[in-house]
Amino acid sequence: MLEKLLLNHYEAAAVILSGIGLTNLLLQRNLIKKIIGLNIMDTAVYLFLAAKGYVAGRAAPILFEEGGKWVTNPDVYVNPVPAGLVLTGIVVSVSVTAFALALTLRLYEHYGTLNIDEALLKMTEQQEDIEAKVSQAEEDVLA
Amino acid sequence: MNEELRNIWTQFFNWVMGNGPRPENEVIPPEPPPALPFTQKPEDKYSRFHEATLKERYNQWLELHGLHIFSSLYSGLSVLTCIVIVCLLLATVAELPPFGHERNPANNEVIRRYVQYGWHETGAQNIVAGLILDYRAFDTFGESSVLFTAACSVLMILSATRSNKPDKKSPLMRHHVFRKDDAILQGIASLSIPVILMMGCVVVINGHLSPGGGFSGGAILSTALILAANAYGFERVHEFFSERTFIVSSSTALMIYALSKGYSFFTGANHLHSIIPKGTVGDILSAGLILPLDICVGLIVAGTLYGFYALFSEGEM
Amino acid sequence: MNEISMFAFNIPFVSIFLMMISAIITPLIPNRNRLPEKLSCWVISIVGVLSAYLLYALTNSGQSITFNFAMGHFPAPWGNELRAGPLEAVLSLVFCIAMLLSLLGNFSSTQEDIAPARRNIFCVLVNLLTASLLALTYTNDLFTAYVFIEINTIAACSIVAVKEGAETVRAALRYLVMSLVGSGLVMISICLLYGLTGHLLMQNMHGAIQVLVTTQNYMMPLTVSLALITVGLAIKSALYPFAAWLPDAHGSSTNASSAILSGLVLKGHIFILIKIFCRVFGLDVIHALRMDTVIFILGVVAMIIGSVHALRQKNVKRMIAWSSVAQVGYIFLGVGLNTIAGIAAACLHIIVHATVKPMLFTAAGGLSSAAGHKKGLHALMGTFYVNRWAGLGLIAGACSMMGVPAFAGFASKLSLMLASFDSPFVAWSLAALAASSVLNALYYVPAVIVIMTHSKDAQKNFTAPPPTKLYNFSMLAFLILNFYLGLFCMPLLRLITRGVNVL
Repeated sequence: MLEKLLLNHYEAAAVILSGIGLTNLLLQRNLIKKIIGLNIMDTAVYLFLAAKGYVAGRAAPILFEEGGKWVTNPDVYVNPVPAGLVLTGIVVSVSVTAFALALTLRLYEHYGTLNIDEALLKMTEQQEDIEAKVSQAEEDVLA
Repeated sequence: MNEELRNIWTQFFNWVMGNGPRPENEVIPPEPPPALPFTQKPEDKYSRFHEATLKERYNQWLELHGLHIFSSLYSGLSVLTCIVIVCLLLATVAELPPFGHERNPANNEVIRRYVQYGWHETGAQNIVAGLILDYRAFDTFGESSVLFTAACSVLMILSATRSNKPDKKSPLMRHHVFRKDDAILQGIASLSIPVILMMGCVVVINGHLSPGGGFSGGAILSTALILAANAYGFERVHEFFSERTFIVSSSTALMIYALSKGYSFFTGANHLHSIIPKGTVGDILSAGLILPLDICVGLIVAGTLYGFYALFSEGEM
Repeated sequence: MNEISMFAFNIPFVSIFLMMISAIITPLIPNRNRLPEKLSCWVISIVGVLSAYLLYALTNSGQSITFNFAMGHFPAPWGNELRAGPLEAVLSLVFCIAMLLSLLGNFSSTQEDIAPARRNIFCVLVNLLTASLLALTYTNDLFTAYVFIEINTIAACSIVAVKEGAETVRAALRYLVMSLVGSGLVMISICLLYGLTGHLLMQNMHGAIQVLVTTQNYMMPLTVSLALITVGLAIKSALYPFAAWLPDAHGSSTNASSAILSGLVLKGHIFILIKIFCRVFGLDVIHALRMDTVIFILGVVAMIIGSVHALRQKNVKRMIAWSSVAQVGYIFLGVGLNTIAGIAAACLHIIVHATVKPMLFTAAGGLSSAAGHKKGLHALMGTFYVNRWAGLGLIAGACSMMGVPAFAGFASKLSLMLASFDSPFVAWSLAALAASSVLNALYYVPAVIVIMTHSKDAQKNFTAPPPTKLYNFSMLAFLILNFYLGLFCMPLLRLITRGVNVL
């Protein structure tokens, strides 16, 4: 198995990276670190795709001329599909990251923390405050 | 010396671990009472005024509800899950077709046609450009729409700050110091912005001939806008690139994209003749719709990336 | 092309592009007189009419009832492709109706909850959401599905955050983080599958996978990629162990968002999972890899635990949200039966839930606005007599969820029950259906009793404006749909079975 892993070392590295990213995404309490984890995971996927598209000894998929004619032999170029998929993936990841960061910024403005659990605590405290306020006001009215 | 080094190291360590100065005693400026929901005024007699920081309170709360065990259990389980996933994936990877081998399943008849006839069918010298903007154009249209969705969402979420408090900037943005008279920055910016713009245009326009295309070119164009905003101020950029300009330009570009691609999909699916010429491979004006689509995508990306920057640093465009 | 007219042939493409173009044009039109929302409603109705026509054309077309639509000048393995059959047409029709009625029913509450500057973008997001749902329904290409899943995710998270406030931002972030884990897993799985099969088109992947399975090559990567894509889509469709984000997101957002998210967004992801099971892997491969058992068990667990959680809620919207988790469990139970009948029953339940859940959220919104925007269950006492249409909606929805005969839920539960007789898990499935129905009754009946209880004190405090005509109309439409599905579902079920057969 180890030999095969060494043979597929790009894919293995990609998988380990995506594991790191996933762990960060699940485990970190800090939202910024979660988002960094997400980006690591996405990058790992691109590495995986790029490795899938590579064929040993072939050129990048941009036609070149030889003797005044386009070389269109399919055995000369690497697989262009993963490149297209990576391009799409990058744009998706940029969009998602920007959106997540915007939400994080708003969360920070509302709660003063980047930790989503602390935000939950703050929310419960605020609700308790409001309830206490209401009951106090009712008591005041009665008095 | 050693002490200093240790201090710096401690600071760095705290920063990495997120134990740095807490936001509550750090970010909020003392003088103007900020109208933020999370700062309760002490004179309000019904509200609690907290001595402890949020982190301490959080830990107390965990203790109180006996959630510490649960919390550490959750962490342990997550690590375990991730290790299991990584091991599974490693085992999977070991079984996968070997790296770089030409007989892999992915190198099949689909690829052969892209490479062999792609130049003839799409007119693009860059096979990837032909692939993403002609063969699989629907994916790429979806991808531009993802960017559009994200731009709209970010605009909505971040510009709400401004609609609530028209004059005041949010405390997050007050650290953004801007000097109007930075001669070095302005001088270098005035030299490099034209170069960057030209570079961006070249990358966009040569998308079907060489590496690059709408997305990379648009990203380069947006750096010129960002540099201009930093050197001359957002107000100057705002004069020719406001929020309205951004919305109009992105929507129009995406609309052109949608309509032209819609035409091409419609004629293709119904086996109608399409009037779009393919041109000669290798010329600038070739490859049918790819060049105009690249320009549209470039406009969208440039506007959106600058918009993200402006919204995050200023809260407005 | 021979059987159906060219007009019907173009409908899948035209409906996706109509929604997309209306989304793109919305930021440009003036943001007053609620023009953007009117535009959305009109375009969604047009797309709904088109889908209805497509359904009509497909059912009257003779033998071949599916067709492929090449997106561009290149045939399928090279270009993108859409595929339409009766099931896709039914689902897109239902999605359009549910979306339209959720928007119309909550027209006034949207005005109260969303700041005027944001309403424009809310419409953009709703249009994009509809477009992505239609694209997920029709697509025949796995990577296109991934791209539209991402559009769906961003749009769904931002319509949670569209109502200003700290709680919605927190809920949207939780939803986003879970969704991103899900889409990451889906992406990894698609890459693995591409590496194994060399295709992204569903049919060609199916052929390659059949070859791999018969030669017993690459079985381990195949199993892992199936598991990853299932877990990824299960997270996005809120199957129980991954459903912790749902109540926050659906309970805190504005009523229209809750209705759309619960009724439609979850269903889009479930349908793409069904398509992957049927069209990419094939039911026998799913069975050979044991994924059906896993799905079945998770479905049963979700049915029970979702209801148990719903029992403990005091906030009526959160209660309905947890009930969604239980209902998603029903759908996965049907998928886990791994037969044509089971999947058809699951699709029927998708349709039932997509019409009933928006009705429940709209009704709950109407009732709580009648009670002065209080969401607690006890604050709703006597509100039936203030807003009768909303009360009727809640009662009908509750009956439907409990499975009272003549209501929509009864039909789908009955078909799930009938489908489970062919499976080895029949005892488990019947027991779970019975137990979950009882649990549903345990929390819906008290809610109905509370709103029907007369209380003189409470009624004085109710100063809400009377419900608008639009609200009453959409409630009426929801009720008619509910009874139609409950009483005349057999033709629909036959149609769905035909659709699943050719999926």
